Amino acid sequence: MKLLEYQAKREFARVGIRVPAGRLARTPEEAAEAARELGRVAVKAQVPIGGRGKAGGIAVVNSPEAARREAARILAMEIRGYPVRSVWCEAGLEIAHELYLGITLDRDRRRLALILSAAGGMEIEEVAAANPERIAKLWPDPFAGPQPFEVRRLAFSALAHAPELAEVRGRLVTALVPLAQTLHQLAVDLDAVTCEINPLVLTAAGELVAADGKLEVDENAEYRHPELAAELALDLEGEDGRTGEDPYEAEAKRRGLTYVHLPGGTIGCIGNGAGLVMNTLDLVQQMGGRPNNFLDIGGGAGAEKVRSSLAMVLSDPDVRGVFINIFGGITRGDEVARGIVQSRDELGISVPLVVRMTGTNEEEGRRILAEAGIVPGTSAPEAARKIVELVAGTR
Amino acid sequence: MAILIDGSTRVLVQGITGREGSFHTQQMQAYGTRVVAGVVPGRGGGEALGVPVFDTVAGAVAATGADTAFTIVPPAFAADAVMEAAAAGLRLGVCVTEGIPVLDMVRTTAFVDRTAMRLIGPNCPGVMTAGQSKIGFIPNHVGRSGRVGVVARSGTLTYEVIQGLSDAGHGETTAVGIGGDPVLGSTFLDILPLFAADAATEAVVLVGEIGGSDEERAAEWIRASGFDKPVVAFISGRTAPPGKRMGHAGAIISGTTGSAQGKIDALLAAGAWVADTIEDVVRMVGERLKP
Repeated sequence: MKLLEYQAKREFARVGIRVPAGRLARTPEEAAEAARELGRVAVKAQVPIGGRGKAGGIAVVNSPEAARREAARILAMEIRGYPVRSVWCEAGLEIAHELYLGITLDRDRRRLALILSAAGGMEIEEVAAANPERIAKLWPDPFAGPQPFEVRRLAFSALAHAPELAEVRGRLVTALVPLAQTLHQLAVDLDAVTCEINPLVLTAAGELVAADGKLEVDENAEYRHPELAAELALDLEGEDGRTGEDPYEAEAKRRGLTYVHLPGGTIGCIGNGAGLVMNTLDLVQQMGGRPNNFLDIGGGAGAEKVRSSLAMVLSDPDVRGVFINIFGGITRGDEVARGIVQSRDELGISVPLVVRMTGTNEEEGRRILAEAGIVPGTSAPEAARKIVELVAGTR
Repeated sequence: MAILIDGSTRVLVQGITGREGSFHTQQMQAYGTRVVAGVVPGRGGGEALGVPVFDTVAGAVAATGADTAFTIVPPAFAADAVMEAAAAGLRLGVCVTEGIPVLDMVRTTAFVDRTAMRLIGPNCPGVMTAGQSKIGFIPNHVGRSGRVGVVARSGTLTYEVIQGLSDAGHGETTAVGIGGDPVLGSTFLDILPLFAADAATEAVVLVGEIGGSDEERAAEWIRASGFDKPVVAFISGRTAPPGKRMGHAGAIISGTTGSAQGKIDALLAAGAWVADTIEDVVRMVGERLKP
């Protein structure tokens, strides 16, 4: 769950991290009001995706009238598929230097990593690739959090490659200690897997200000942050319910299905278990076909879930055949087979179906399929070859 | 011989009275697993599925000599349950729960590392030592005692590999499903040395998937340690687009890390064989086992 800029900044401000003065506007009039109050402002589109500046989603304006005009223009935009629902109107800063301070999950170390660099304002991955020595990292103990001495060591190491900051080094390090500790605590409290201030601006007056921020909350922890999830849903869906997401994936979410859309593919893929479905897609591609989706019906799925899954996959008119790959463990082959046959009849499915079924109750499942005229296979590669051939034949 | 569990492993079940917990405990009992206790806070003194139920793990250990925990509780309570098991001095914990917040696992793995417990999971299918004992979801009918060790991230592909090895007559020593989450108690790197030390294991099948760099680190270990048993690997997710979570929380290609090709290249460079299909996994194992 990626929060919008205004939400991230509000969370920063709530815990005492300085942010530029700003107002959220959902209408051109509100933007004009913000400009009257704040003076010269940047009007910034609130979308959960990068590259909005290049797309024309940010404008700097000098008057309320210009704010109204630019806000009207930006609010009518769609940036890489995401409709703009609101703009953040923000006062400018007197920038002396741009730094980077961020927290991200490090899978290999099984910890959060605290990352500091004097090279702020650009993607940290790019800095890491081009100038790895300009990045300093710390992996705080998850129970104790980052200690002052650890942050000082991190900061001195990061600033060693920034001679332009030599004069303010001592003061800067002193200010970074509580900031890093606060940011780490915020990440922990919000279950954030990314919590990033970039750029962290050192102003002409010597203050550290979070000029832009990225906050991503772990999906598994959404239940602990219902207010953020609800607010984000409102921001993204607006009144027309268009989320900017792939419409098929949005529909799958409504149906409670684990589905990933691969637009342009022609073969629908359904299976039980994430690894098995990934492998199903790989097999289809290996045999020369193009998978249209990933759909995991999970463990123990019954006939109803099979029906909903088939309807979901077939809702994309590009799908000209479906490959169903079932390894029965908790999932019972006969249940799935009944679901397939029922769905075909009720949904009037006319495209080719190939079912590979093995495991629990496989004989009964195969018998049900065979009686209904669907030929079941036991080998996944063979079944994949068959669906690719059948779909090629429907051209 | 085998690794992690065998017929003498004494298992306590955290969540034995839940719908899933009770179903899978019965499956385990049917397989021959020695389930000695259940733990459900507030239900201590009762009985479930023929074993005594305790309020705390420490209480269950004191009364029954349990040495291993099977944790099957809802995601909001799972991290705490795993830490309770580790604190009670158990040797092994297997947690199958899917959907645990990742920062809970960051704290939990740090906590477990300070104890003697080895954790498998979460979000994993569990462990099976064919013909002796199983903990978790692996279907009872697939395993057959034999010569090959299996370590895998995905559940269903674990079952497929076990079934394939069994049908081909090779059989398994122990199959370990390490799980599909980004932060895991044990990775390939933790399990491979156990297979290296197990005399009964003659070859190893490693089933990886996109996301993270556990497969690359395993490859590096295989190369550096001079691991001398044949390793046949299989990686799923070659068609996965970057940035999309493919079912498992951990199965996501982010930036340049985690792609299937990178993992395949690393494993090939380490001297492992990489198969394109599960059928090929079984065939390649057969070709490399001594007659």
